[in-house]
Amino acid sequence: MRYAMAVDTKKCVGCSDCVVACQTENNVPIGFCRDWVVETMAGSYPQLEIEIRSERCNHCANAPCVRCCPTGASHFDTGGIILVKQNKCIGCGACIASCPYDARYPHPDGYVDKCTFCVQRIRNGMPPACAAVCPTKCIYFGDLDDPNSDVSLVLKKRKFKTLIPEAGTDPKLYFLI
Amino acid sequence: MKEELFVSGRINHLVDPYLNIWHWQIPLYLFLGGMAAGILCIAALYYLRGREKDYYTAVRITPFLAPILLVLGLVALFIDLRHKLYFWKLYTNIRLQSPMSWGAWTLMVITPVSFIWSALHIRDIFPRWDWKYKWIYEIEKFFNKYKRALAWVMLIYGIILGIYTGILLSAFNARPLWNTSILGPLFLASGLSAGAAATLLLSKNPAERKQFARIDLVIIGIELFLIIHMFMGYLASTQVQIEAARMFLGGDFTMSFWIFAVILGLLVPALLEILELGKVHIPAVVPPVLVLFGSLMLRFIIVHAGQVSRWLY
Repeated sequence: MRYAMAVDTKKCVGCSDCVVACQTENNVPIGFCRDWVVETMAGSYPQLEIEIRSERCNHCANAPCVRCCPTGASHFDTGGIILVKQNKCIGCGACIASCPYDARYPHPDGYVDKCTFCVQRIRNGMPPACAAVCPTKCIYFGDLDDPNSDVSLVLKKRKFKTLIPEAGTDPKLYFLI
Repeated sequence: MKEELFVSGRINHLVDPYLNIWHWQIPLYLFLGGMAAGILCIAALYYLRGREKDYYTAVRITPFLAPILLVLGLVALFIDLRHKLYFWKLYTNIRLQSPMSWGAWTLMVITPVSFIWSALHIRDIFPRWDWKYKWIYEIEKFFNKYKRALAWVMLIYGIILGIYTGILLSAFNARPLWNTSILGPLFLASGLSAGAAATLLLSKNPAERKQFARIDLVIIGIELFLIIHMFMGYLASTQVQIEAARMFLGGDFTMSFWIFAVILGLLVPALLEILELGKVHIPAVVPPVLVLFGSLMLRFIIVHAGQVSRWLY
């Protein structure tokens, strides 16, 4: 099983509902976020191109955060999801420095926190909160090893990219272009 | 033109607008650990080569600084942790891929070794020292018997400690400035020169001082070579590393790096030591203090600038 997520940059309108849903579902402390929306504007007026992306932890298959963690708190869980064991994390910050996507942050309680693909939901057969609330249904989630999952189907049909593939992290967050 | 912005307003504390997760604690520790590594390596090396009499200060006196520096460094590291009560988890896990795990275990070996080495020479500082209990004398006798083995451990773990302070940073692919394997040797060289500077400060023997001024000069030469080599590497690499190098070649860190770390920390002490070897009178404390200052600044600047450097997407 390899969980992955695909975000349709053509359908995303940048409403930030995914961000609020995540903060609510996961009780993210005020002032922090596990996912965020980036808007890229390229070209010059009137030939402008906009790309909107809902970004989060890429749950990389070759994850630098797991590699550099000195205690094994950052680990690969079932389905390749990267989680942090709170009672193993010493809060040294190595994983935060190691992430090229800056997807992690120090939780005010001391441990390091990040997107979990909402494990508590997906283990009960529900999609992650961000995917569930998206008003334009632009977030696809599923198992890459299952050819009939939402994410496999959409990746077969559409062109996609990943962020900073040259960092060698083998990310599992795809952007449909 | 390409412009990127967080429309949802990501302002994660210590991560945005640029990474600022490591403050003064980490560079201070890298300096203290590197200096302790340098002191212990030099002491072990001269002891193993049978030069204890010629370099009495370096082998028997300067190592007293090492346990103090290491404990201060460990305190700094502990202050840096955000989930402090769980720090012991470092010692219930061995993670071969994590430089920080290597460092934690190395400190676990070299800190006690530095204490034992100092204890074996305690009568050089307090001539009438008494251990009070018989069993401590037994332990002292045991370690005196195996002092050569102890020196080997000290030498090998000293090198690992010195190099690891650089590798800790260079293992981070996400920060292009750190992502160069030159940092390991550079920090080791800088630690060795700080160790030599400590002996220069403490020694009263002119022959020993002369030898350590020479050692310092050679290491400063190596450091300059490594720094030039590092920038050649950045400029011949990918766009992100070119951008990282630009922070030092006209960017925000240009002044601090070249003035404090390179000119005041390397070139001026090298010049003063050359003059001193050429019999010009220079106040004895000036070159080693400048070397220590430069070594400290190098760590502060590299740790800070590295966090500012990033991938662009």
